[in-house]
Amino acid sequence: MSDASVVFAKTPARKMAGVFVLSRLNGWTMIAYLIALLTVIPVVVIVAAWFNPEADILGHLAEFVLPELLANTFWLLLGVGLSVSILGVSLAWLTAMCEFPGRRFFSWALLLPLAVPAYVLAFVMIGLLDFTGPVQTWLRANFAVTGLPEIRSRSGVILVMSLALYPYVYLIARNAFLTQGRAALEAAQSLGLNRWQGFYRVALPMARPWIIAGVMLALMETLADFGTVATFNYDTFTTAIYKAWFSFFSLSAASQLASILIVFVLVLALAEQRTRSRMKYSSVGRSATHQRIQLGRTHAILAVFYASVVFLIAFLIPLAQLLWWAKAVVAADMDSRYWEFVQHSLILAGLGAGIVSMLALLLSYAGRQRPGVGLQIIQRIATIGYAFPGAVLAVGIFIPVAWLDNVLITGLHAWGWQGTEVLKGSLLVMLLAYAIRFLAVGFGTIDAGLQRITRSIDEAARVMGTSPPALLLRVHFPMLRASFFTAAALSFVDIMKEMPITLMTRPFGWDTLAVRVFEMTSEGEWERAALPSVAIILVGLIPVIFLASRGDK
Amino acid sequence: MSELILKQLSQGYGSKQVVNNLSFHLYEGQIGCLLGPSGCGKTTVLRCIAGFESITDGVIIIGGETVNDRAQLMPAEKRQIGMVFQDYALFPHLTVANNIAFGLRALDKTQRRQRVEELLTLTGLQDTANKYPHQLSGGQQQRVALARALAPRPKLLLMDEPFSNLDVALRERLSIEVRDILKREGMTALIVTHDQQEAFAMADIVGVMEHGTIQQWDTPYNLYHQPINRFVADFVGQGVFLPGTVLGNNMVEIELGVLHGDIPTDCGANGCEQCAYDCYVDVLIRPDDIIHDDESLLIAQVESKAFRGAEFLYTLKLPSGTRALSLIPSHHDHAIGEYIGIKLAVDHVVAYRRM
Repeated sequence: MSDASVVFAKTPARKMAGVFVLSRLNGWTMIAYLIALLTVIPVVVIVAAWFNPEADILGHLAEFVLPELLANTFWLLLGVGLSVSILGVSLAWLTAMCEFPGRRFFSWALLLPLAVPAYVLAFVMIGLLDFTGPVQTWLRANFAVTGLPEIRSRSGVILVMSLALYPYVYLIARNAFLTQGRAALEAAQSLGLNRWQGFYRVALPMARPWIIAGVMLALMETLADFGTVATFNYDTFTTAIYKAWFSFFSLSAASQLASILIVFVLVLALAEQRTRSRMKYSSVGRSATHQRIQLGRTHAILAVFYASVVFLIAFLIPLAQLLWWAKAVVAADMDSRYWEFVQHSLILAGLGAGIVSMLALLLSYAGRQRPGVGLQIIQRIATIGYAFPGAVLAVGIFIPVAWLDNVLITGLHAWGWQGTEVLKGSLLVMLLAYAIRFLAVGFGTIDAGLQRITRSIDEAARVMGTSPPALLLRVHFPMLRASFFTAAALSFVDIMKEMPITLMTRPFGWDTLAVRVFEMTSEGEWERAALPSVAIILVGLIPVIFLASRGDK
Repeated sequence: MSELILKQLSQGYGSKQVVNNLSFHLYEGQIGCLLGPSGCGKTTVLRCIAGFESITDGVIIIGGETVNDRAQLMPAEKRQIGMVFQDYALFPHLTVANNIAFGLRALDKTQRRQRVEELLTLTGLQDTANKYPHQLSGGQQQRVALARALAPRPKLLLMDEPFSNLDVALRERLSIEVRDILKREGMTALIVTHDQQEAFAMADIVGVMEHGTIQQWDTPYNLYHQPINRFVADFVGQGVFLPGTVLGNNMVEIELGVLHGDIPTDCGANGCEQCAYDCYVDVLIRPDDIIHDDESLLIAQVESKAFRGAEFLYTLKLPSGTRALSLIPSHHDHAIGEYIGIKLAVDHVVAYRRM
């Protein structure tokens, strides 16, 4: 947002007026506008609920529902925001800047929780720490300890979400610390600051834009979360939207709720984009000469202890528990229905990933063909969907598709057709929602790849007699192949983990692994939820391993 | 037939004129160079010749064929030009051999392999044929870029700041090597650079550019010794201007004595104008125009000095307080503040009317 306005300020008024002028429209800009429109429509539909209030629904919501939702959301955001900042930054600092036994192991191992969806961690934690769970049972039997804090509480939700989401902050902050280089810290030391002062007065302020961006991402995921809060019976907007739609069959109540949630989301998204434009500090000194701070004995022991506790609680113990549970039911549950869930998950993730990467490629290519501020803004708008909670997107797409369906049905009935659904019962709503939500994932990867193909590469090919189609085939495609498949793989995994969109918009009979996890957890059948969860985590590990191998030096 | 002719070329965006009425003629097998400070329009000229920029006026003729005038524009891929880019623009997904073969689609397989082989030998890259660009050093990448551009036997080779990404020592060595290769292939080539050492090492003929036009199109020797105006004198080589008075009869008097020679001054659009008796001029004195001579009655004070290995570059303070530069063999090591004897050794008088 802010850097776009800076560019505007520097552009002469004449050019600025030309940015959106229709005469500039051609094939490529049209494609970019259409993709952006896809993202804008659900937002407009949701926001339109503001201008079309239904007094009785709104009155009921305001009196009985909203106060609790707002309080719950507020405490959740505050708690998760604080804990992910502390966990993420401290762990990032330790593994990036300090030397202690196991540092190399922890620097990638601490990323692994990224592969565990929060809704999986949620039911594992409840299963472990509940009154009837193994931990409390063991404590009672051996030490007669009772009265452990109740896990099904606000603190419990915050704990689970923080453990699942801290890797966002960890990853980004760690990268910032690593690329900052040590020269700035050494300069601070030469000016008389000790290590801690150097951390607080130099390293932390330099990394601040990155840290804020990481926390914003974690908060967006918190707002978008459905599975965790549903497992904990902790009502937030997403669960309220789901209940309004599927328990009370009131789509208008759902869209009223979504319209309030989207205000939160847009504020966060705007703040995140603003900080992102400030992430442009140049690094001081070369990171190749990176020298870590050697921790003393006591400090090293504390560091190992701290990192181990986080790793155990956020990843290893939950995974072990899941495998234990899964083993108990694998014989009974690994039946044809299970393979059907797997198949549905793979088909949907495959289709979704294909659509996401194709749209991302088109959007990115459009930017190359028509460089300029106008198209950059369109690209920003088109990729803002990552901020929208799945529950909001589900409502925002279902409403216009249902409307279109009615129009089509009226038309088709005139031709003698008898059906009651055209698009509603198809995969269309779900795939559109996936595309909007995960376009940013694909676009980021593909656009970075396309940026690496410099203009002079195009020109070099042209002076050697290459026609534009041949350029695409002989230069661009081979150079982009890796980014394209990375984009597809990343969005594939994200779609596979996705819960609310799939749950709310799947056509009859299209249950996936994530849906199965939801159904089993809502019945409290942890063991049976474990089996599909293990499959989801295994797939989720692929991009995390990729990230980890790239990040460590 | 592969000469390059530019006639009254103009190019600009909106009201901003980048290239202004620029003309030159590069003969077959000649290596030309456009030299100028950044923003003088030299790269734009190159891109117009390549066909990446459209021109607003003028004509470009390559090998007898008009590729660009106001009426028609031949697309870049049809012009049969080779180009070496500043960042080399090698294809990262292709090996060295395949990079070189990229423009050889018209040849059959054996001919193609043979031509690639030839160029690998010519550029000394035989051992790297199957490597990828990121595995090569900067100098090797530079040579791959050159080989790739030469492979299709273009009518003309364009090089955009070809050595700017290399360190100084390598730059010097490669510029000589590249010149040899181009001469061996009989290639007509045009280079764009802001580095005069590079221009002098590579080019037969150099155009010094400013404000979108060529100020002087001449051999490196003439550019240094007979710069046509103050800009060229300033931009090419080192030196200072000393105030002088014309005594008539091709004589000019400066603080260090009387100089003899042609005194053309004020070369502008209307040719050069001879300065009449008693007019005031500035005379260009290069560091090699002042030599050390202990016998001399002319005395100057050493103000600062820079060790260059074989010689010192002294900054001398003349009795009047003006400063001049002098290159003196480095076994004459004088202290700062010391007075030394100097003598003028000017072959060509370069003087401009005082503004």
